[in-house]
Amino acid sequence: MHEEYLLSIKDVCKSFSGVKVLKNVCLNIKAGTVHSLMGENGAGKSTLMKCLFGIYKQDSGEFFLDGEAFNFTDPKHALENGVSMVHQELNQVTKRTISDNIWLGRYPTKGPFVDEKKMYNDTMALFKRLNIHLDPRTRLDKLSVSQRQMVEIAKAVSYDAKVIVLDEPTSSLTAHEVEMLFDIMKVLKNEGVGIVYISHKMEEIFEVSDEVTVLRDGFYIGTEDIANLTMEKIVNMMVGRELEDRFPPKENVPGDVHMAVKNLSTRYAPEVHDVNFELKRGEILGVAGLVGAGRTEMVEALFGARTLKSGEIYIDGKKIDNSTPNKAIKNHFALLTEERRETGIYPVADITFNSTISNIKSYKNRLGYLVDKKMKDDTDEQIRAMRIKTPNRREKIRSLSGGNQQKVIIGRWLLTDPDILLLDEPTRGIDVGAKYEIYQLIINLAKRGKSIIVVSSEMPELLGITNRIMVMSNGRVSGIVNTDETTQTEIFNLSAKYLNNTREAEV
Amino acid sequence: MSSENIVKKLFTKSTDEWKELLINNAIYIVVAAIILFIVIREPSFVSVPVFRNILTQSSVRLILAYGVAGIIILQGTDLSLGRLVGFAAVVSGSLLQRPDYANRFFPDLQALPLFVPLLIAMVVTIVLSAINGWVVAQFKIHPFLATMGMMITAYGILSIYFASGAPGPQPIGGFDNRYTDFVIGTTLGIPNLVIYAALTSVVIWFLWNKTTFGKNMYAVGGNPEAAKVSGVNVMITTILVYILAGALYGIGGFLEAARIGSANNGTGFGYELDAIAACVVGGISFSGGIGKVSGAIIGVLMFTIISYGMTFMGLDMYYQYIIKGIIIVAAVSLDTKKYLKKS
Repeated sequence: MHEEYLLSIKDVCKSFSGVKVLKNVCLNIKAGTVHSLMGENGAGKSTLMKCLFGIYKQDSGEFFLDGEAFNFTDPKHALENGVSMVHQELNQVTKRTISDNIWLGRYPTKGPFVDEKKMYNDTMALFKRLNIHLDPRTRLDKLSVSQRQMVEIAKAVSYDAKVIVLDEPTSSLTAHEVEMLFDIMKVLKNEGVGIVYISHKMEEIFEVSDEVTVLRDGFYIGTEDIANLTMEKIVNMMVGRELEDRFPPKENVPGDVHMAVKNLSTRYAPEVHDVNFELKRGEILGVAGLVGAGRTEMVEALFGARTLKSGEIYIDGKKIDNSTPNKAIKNHFALLTEERRETGIYPVADITFNSTISNIKSYKNRLGYLVDKKMKDDTDEQIRAMRIKTPNRREKIRSLSGGNQQKVIIGRWLLTDPDILLLDEPTRGIDVGAKYEIYQLIINLAKRGKSIIVVSSEMPELLGITNRIMVMSNGRVSGIVNTDETTQTEIFNLSAKYLNNTREAEV
Repeated sequence: MSSENIVKKLFTKSTDEWKELLINNAIYIVVAAIILFIVIREPSFVSVPVFRNILTQSSVRLILAYGVAGIIILQGTDLSLGRLVGFAAVVSGSLLQRPDYANRFFPDLQALPLFVPLLIAMVVTIVLSAINGWVVAQFKIHPFLATMGMMITAYGILSIYFASGAPGPQPIGGFDNRYTDFVIGTTLGIPNLVIYAALTSVVIWFLWNKTTFGKNMYAVGGNPEAAKVSGVNVMITTILVYILAGALYGIGGFLEAARIGSANNGTGFGYELDAIAACVVGGISFSGGIGKVSGAIIGVLMFTIISYGMTFMGLDMYYQYIIKGIIIVAAVSLDTKKYLKKS
């Protein structure tokens, strides 16, 4: 009855401790198509996928593959039946080689030994088919995130996958790398593979999708042909309300020069070379560039988290010493790190702890012990001011959504009373509605005279909220442009300016 | 690379690259300096007998180091190593005493073929080590705690066995000549112990690098979650690594009793620390997933050369402890620095 669909998910329901998170969700994937699954964080996308792969057991509902009902017991079982998933957080053994990773769990053997030659040849054949140019003997920790992602996709394909789920595969890729990924997707499509594509990036959805299914709050909202959809329509389906604009108005007015950076270079790889720029008071300066361009390293260097080879930082014309993060905090700098889960939150601690930890010294009384009441008041104030969705301040931060976690961390830094905020990918992994709130927060801070640097891989975001954009390429600044006068093409070209042959050779 | 190129590369390095090179090899440089110091103070240190002694002394240590190395590659550690080695030593010794020896553990025991006590000793250590592996994999207990429990428990069982012999709790000696010859004899001028260590190294190299078991071990150690979703049986792999360790401890204990010439319930005490230290100095990282056979060999040799050399110079034991302790911490901090080139 479902033969026209390669994969069919029918009326799946799932509850956690009485809370329904999936309510009669359906999803039908045709062979040789890209089917985008959209919805805000918490809409039920990942829960649905976890039910599909047998990580959770659904309460009711059915799955059909080629018309036959099935229920996978675990991801391995799904893989063996041609259903695979490339997770957003890459799960790889980085200390081993590419081919060791691809064939992990099913090494070909010759007698008692692993057949290295077959593994190598099979990997090469696979890479040729997908047009990937990597040496299978390379260790994964020598690759960029995007290359590692390609390896993960190749691995999924190597199981003769009929259905591949890509969970936010582009969140850490740059424009060029996204194109490479899309090329691979086209190859797979032509071979009749059904691709489920999960992404928050609108532009990509329109570029690659054939169909779109939207979930909201665990409900199935609808499936549409991409030809019948517009960005507004999708956003409406996702949030259930009109979003006038994806970006709030830029009401901040940059003043005189606040910070000047001169000849900033880092000592260790990945290196940043000779960065010079000025940041105005109340300005939002975007930093664009490819992955590996040194954007994160640059802000970490400003914050004293990387050893400098050279470089001077001036605040209001006065030279300051930011050689350690501690000194940077004393100089009223704040750094929101790129990897929220790894270097931002203390997952098992509560919101109060997460809000106050960077400013903990200011809660000491004269005897040296911490005053609870002040910490609680400050936390409550942050929860209120930033509209953090949580039952109370005692909630563990890991139980909040990505957007709310990010707000807690921004709040943490605001409590240190910073003048200069360095925000590295502030909206990564955050859904559309919450992104808007983060943008509003950033612009309001700039209006209050804070000077802000925003590193982002999302071009529309940079164009939407910044005053100027500094483009980095291969560790150097390749240009600084006024946001209102630039184009995506100009930024893209600047990003590629210093790409040299050694880098190309690695790819 | 031709030697010309190497020379060229060495001379075209920038100061930073030199610094990097120094940091990456600092521990070897420090150890080399200590050895050089010993050689200058005692030139007779460089001699065939000393060389031979060092290799012989390293042999059992190396076999034991391979055991714990596998567990370290799994991000674990094994505190029970010493007690399990002691257990194997006492079991082997008690079964291989001369028929005419006065204080026999089993007065009426017939002379056994050598492999029987070896196998019995190995079964004991394999079972105990497999329990470690099972506890770690099943209950997700940190190996430090699981093996600490085993270290204490095994000592208890061992001491009861040790006290149960006919002469009561006293050191087991008077070993069968076949046993002693097998262990401390020589073949074609090469000490047998060295041959056993070399054979073990070959087997371990193949196991680690050329078998599915070995590759799975590195995968589970490098990223257990990735191994799991790729269909590797993490539980079985973990237990197998502990079983291999147990087998090596059994062999080690069997050899150690004959090498020393006697065994008691204190035999092997503290060996785990020597073995772990040698692994760490040899670059088998506590962060898991990394470690080579050559690393274990280098680590064990360096430690043996230093202790032997310091004893050779007549340096007090207590000073030796201080130097060894510093080397271990220095090795670990430099090892960490290699992987975190941030600060």
